[in-house]
Amino acid sequence: MKDTKPTGRVHSLETFGLVDGPGVRYVVFLQGCRMRCQYCHNPETWKEDSQNIWTPQALLERAWRYHRYWGPDGGITVSGGEPLLQIDFLIEFFRLAKQKKIHTALDTCGQPFTKDEPFYGKWKELMKYTDLVMLDLKEMNPARHRTLTGRGNKNILEMAEELAGMKIPVWIRHVLVPGLTDDKEELLELKRFMDHLGNVEKFELLPYHTLGVLKWAELGIEYPLDGILPPTEEEIEEAEKIFR
Amino acid sequence: MKQMKEWEGFQGRLWKEEINTRDFIQENYQPYDGDESFLENPTEATDKLWGILQQLQKEERAKGGVLDMDTDVVSGLTSHGPGYISEETKDLEKIVGLQTDKPLKRAFMPFGGIKMAEESCRNYGYEPAKELHKIFTEYARTHNEAVFDAYTPEMKKARHNKIITGLPDTYGRGRIVGDYRRVALYGVDLLLEEKERDFDNCGCGTMTDDVIRLREEIALQKKALKGMKAMAEIYGYDISRPAENAKEAIQWMYFAYLAAIKTQNGAAMSIGRVATFLDIYIQRDLEKGILTEKEAQELIDHLTMKFRMVKFARIPSYNQLFSGDPVWATLDLAGIGVDGRSMVTKTDFRFLHTLENMGPSPEPNLTVLYSSDLPENFKKYAADISIRTSSVQYENDDVMKPIWGDDYAICCCVSATQTGKEMQFFGARANLAKCLLYAVNGGVDEKTKEQVGPAYMPITSEYLDYDELMAKYDQMMDWLAGLYVNTLNLIQYMHDKYYYESALMALIDTNVRRTFATGIAGFSHAVDSLSAAKYAKVKIIRDENGIACDYETEGDFPKYGNDDDRADEIAVWLLRTFLEKIEKHHTYRDSEPTTSILTITSNVVYGKATGSMPDGRKAGEPLAPGANPSYGAEQNGLLASLNSVAKLPYEWALDGISNTQTINPDALGHEEQERIQNLVRVMDGYFDQGAHHLNVNVFGKEKLIDAMEHPEKEEYANFTIRVSGYAVKFIDLTREQQLDVISRTCHKAM
Repeated sequence: MKDTKPTGRVHSLETFGLVDGPGVRYVVFLQGCRMRCQYCHNPETWKEDSQNIWTPQALLERAWRYHRYWGPDGGITVSGGEPLLQIDFLIEFFRLAKQKKIHTALDTCGQPFTKDEPFYGKWKELMKYTDLVMLDLKEMNPARHRTLTGRGNKNILEMAEELAGMKIPVWIRHVLVPGLTDDKEELLELKRFMDHLGNVEKFELLPYHTLGVLKWAELGIEYPLDGILPPTEEEIEEAEKIFR
Repeated sequence: MKQMKEWEGFQGRLWKEEINTRDFIQENYQPYDGDESFLENPTEATDKLWGILQQLQKEERAKGGVLDMDTDVVSGLTSHGPGYISEETKDLEKIVGLQTDKPLKRAFMPFGGIKMAEESCRNYGYEPAKELHKIFTEYARTHNEAVFDAYTPEMKKARHNKIITGLPDTYGRGRIVGDYRRVALYGVDLLLEEKERDFDNCGCGTMTDDVIRLREEIALQKKALKGMKAMAEIYGYDISRPAENAKEAIQWMYFAYLAAIKTQNGAAMSIGRVATFLDIYIQRDLEKGILTEKEAQELIDHLTMKFRMVKFARIPSYNQLFSGDPVWATLDLAGIGVDGRSMVTKTDFRFLHTLENMGPSPEPNLTVLYSSDLPENFKKYAADISIRTSSVQYENDDVMKPIWGDDYAICCCVSATQTGKEMQFFGARANLAKCLLYAVNGGVDEKTKEQVGPAYMPITSEYLDYDELMAKYDQMMDWLAGLYVNTLNLIQYMHDKYYYESALMALIDTNVRRTFATGIAGFSHAVDSLSAAKYAKVKIIRDENGIACDYETEGDFPKYGNDDDRADEIAVWLLRTFLEKIEKHHTYRDSEPTTSILTITSNVVYGKATGSMPDGRKAGEPLAPGANPSYGAEQNGLLASLNSVAKLPYEWALDGISNTQTINPDALGHEEQERIQNLVRVMDGYFDQGAHHLNVNVFGKEKLIDAMEHPEKEEYANFTIRVSGYAVKFIDLTREQQLDVISRTCHKAM
């Protein structure tokens, strides 16, 4: 291990996050993700280099400016990109946050998770300072998951099991794309999996939206879901029924 | 100590020894920390009356904004017979009294200026009586005429070029709140007695100017009190004695307010802090069993209906400044007493509930005096009403209370004064953004090319040098502050002389404390322009005469509104510097100078008259309103923006720091309870940092655009939004102002 302080590569900061965890939250969007989800609405966070570099201490001081807005339930959320790609930074950032008794939430897709060392040890260290994990489950079926995101999901489901074992509160999120991730059997499978975990406090069904499409064009990448419309009210209702 | 039979059951001594409404409130009110479940729906009578009124409002809009006007009667306390919402339903009206003899009919008020009174008539197709023209031009002088007679050429030029702007020289200055509650508590005769005593004690016999003036003013006040009684008699009430029950207390108080709006058409005619006071009467009646909750709500609904009907005849240039026909009938709720008890009563809930019983409305301008220590139930209910109606504003009781005590009222959109103890000289604003351009151009106006300010050396370099700019800006602000204060001195002198507010001042202590309110326009643009000069490279573009008319800014620079101390410190510096320059000058009647950062909707008009700025704002574009950061400058979300504004010390802008924010409902949370809770957190966090004011709008851009395109839709008839310091019906704004509102940042999460 290098003994230089880990720094974080940040994509952007949002002072007023109200939909990324409980209450009012300071949301750090880290730069870099190795998934290539077809419906990604933040493709500009894929690349891993960034000019926006923060030390954990400086970023925490920045976030602390907003603690008066947090009340007892709000706090800090780290999202991305994929935050687990910068786990050394995360550990230090959350450790410092917990010293100030700030509620910490990690918004992840779980893609970097592995039980191999050194990652696994670091991950367990990180979980000591994490109050809530918001885990995106994109697909249950491994083959379809690979098609949708360019990666398998075995390690992601493994991470979910680990969190269940550690009894860390988890929110599961699933993006509902018509014709792609709204298969009834698949959703039932997801429901069964969540019930089996036992530590899922909340499930959020996120209707696919097309607000990110322009960004693909700006980056010069072809948008794979061209022409697919957001789900209708009825389609959302239909899917929601499964999870009630 | 006085004893009146109407006071039976009331506690306390001091308020019986002297006129002291605050003491009465503190001795008698019952704090309420429960929730809103006790509230009652509108009665049949309320529904019926409100239905008629809505129909009248529709007709008013169809007729171009004015339903009817007086052309041959000068408005006064007894100028009109009784008026009702409609003759057929007058028995349903629990609280009575109109400005004229018909609902929404606008009175003829020439004392501010006969030209303006006539212009406002003609603008809506009415022809004012020739006789009145003769009287007010040949025999009587008006405020406006007197001011323009006395102005210096320099003042006229500065005014014409709009470096000082929005001045109350063509309209009533307003912003005085009589303690209308006194009429209910004491009755007019006791108040007259007190004024008699003051008259007798005025001066030692040596007739200096100030003694003579004060004696005349007290005489006018006594006359106004007698007039108030006569006015109430027209409606069949005797207000010489105190009110003996809740209905009378509300009626007496309203008559006192009605006296104010019959005699003055000030820019702001605020009601004051009446909820806790009225609650004492309602509570007494409820306990006696002579009033039910349903009836109590009906009284508050009917009173509120009256406040929704207040109208003045205005000229087009006034409407451009203050769009949407506002009167700033500001009515304050909540707050915390000096002894630490919450001042929230059930009647504070009842007033908020009028927005449910009769739908959203810009008036009265409901203002919650906020503290994070207010009862959670009340905070949540207010937030809930805000989310549903966007009709409420919030002001920080924690910062105002140490300065103004616990019986202050908001006298305009956001400015506080102690009720019954103080009055304010309203003074509009100086355009500090324009002043910066004058610094660059050596006092030459960038739009008209006139030499308006002193002909100091202009900046001649190709790029702005921060230190040089600061030195010149400082000098130019010195000039502006002096000219501005002296212009106001002149205006206030003439207003006292020719348009004295006798009915309002009769309900304020004779020994009144006066504040002298100045104001700043173009705040964020001045700050960001200075930041651009400091942290980026600003190239000056000059026209053929060498006058700087545009700027090209290369590179990034910190902007006010991002919680970036580099920019925010410039903001704090600017506020303090301007205030200090104002304070150097003599102010009329030894009033205490204050300043404000609030521009109301006038930011659009001010922007039209202001050239391009180094911060990137182009000539003619609207200025950011009040203390809001500039459009597009906020890059780090709502809370970063709020934190920047919260850094401005209230103590240096005692006249108010207004901030208007719009939040997309989806961004506030997924579920209703979540949204309410989150909004409460935002306000707790903002006000706990010492910020002064927040207007909260909750809606998406889509709704605004749809309302602009389809104003005829039923759902938009009462669609209310908060703008700087007040609320308006969105469809009453000019298209230009609608576009301005739409272009402002709608805060939504990523």
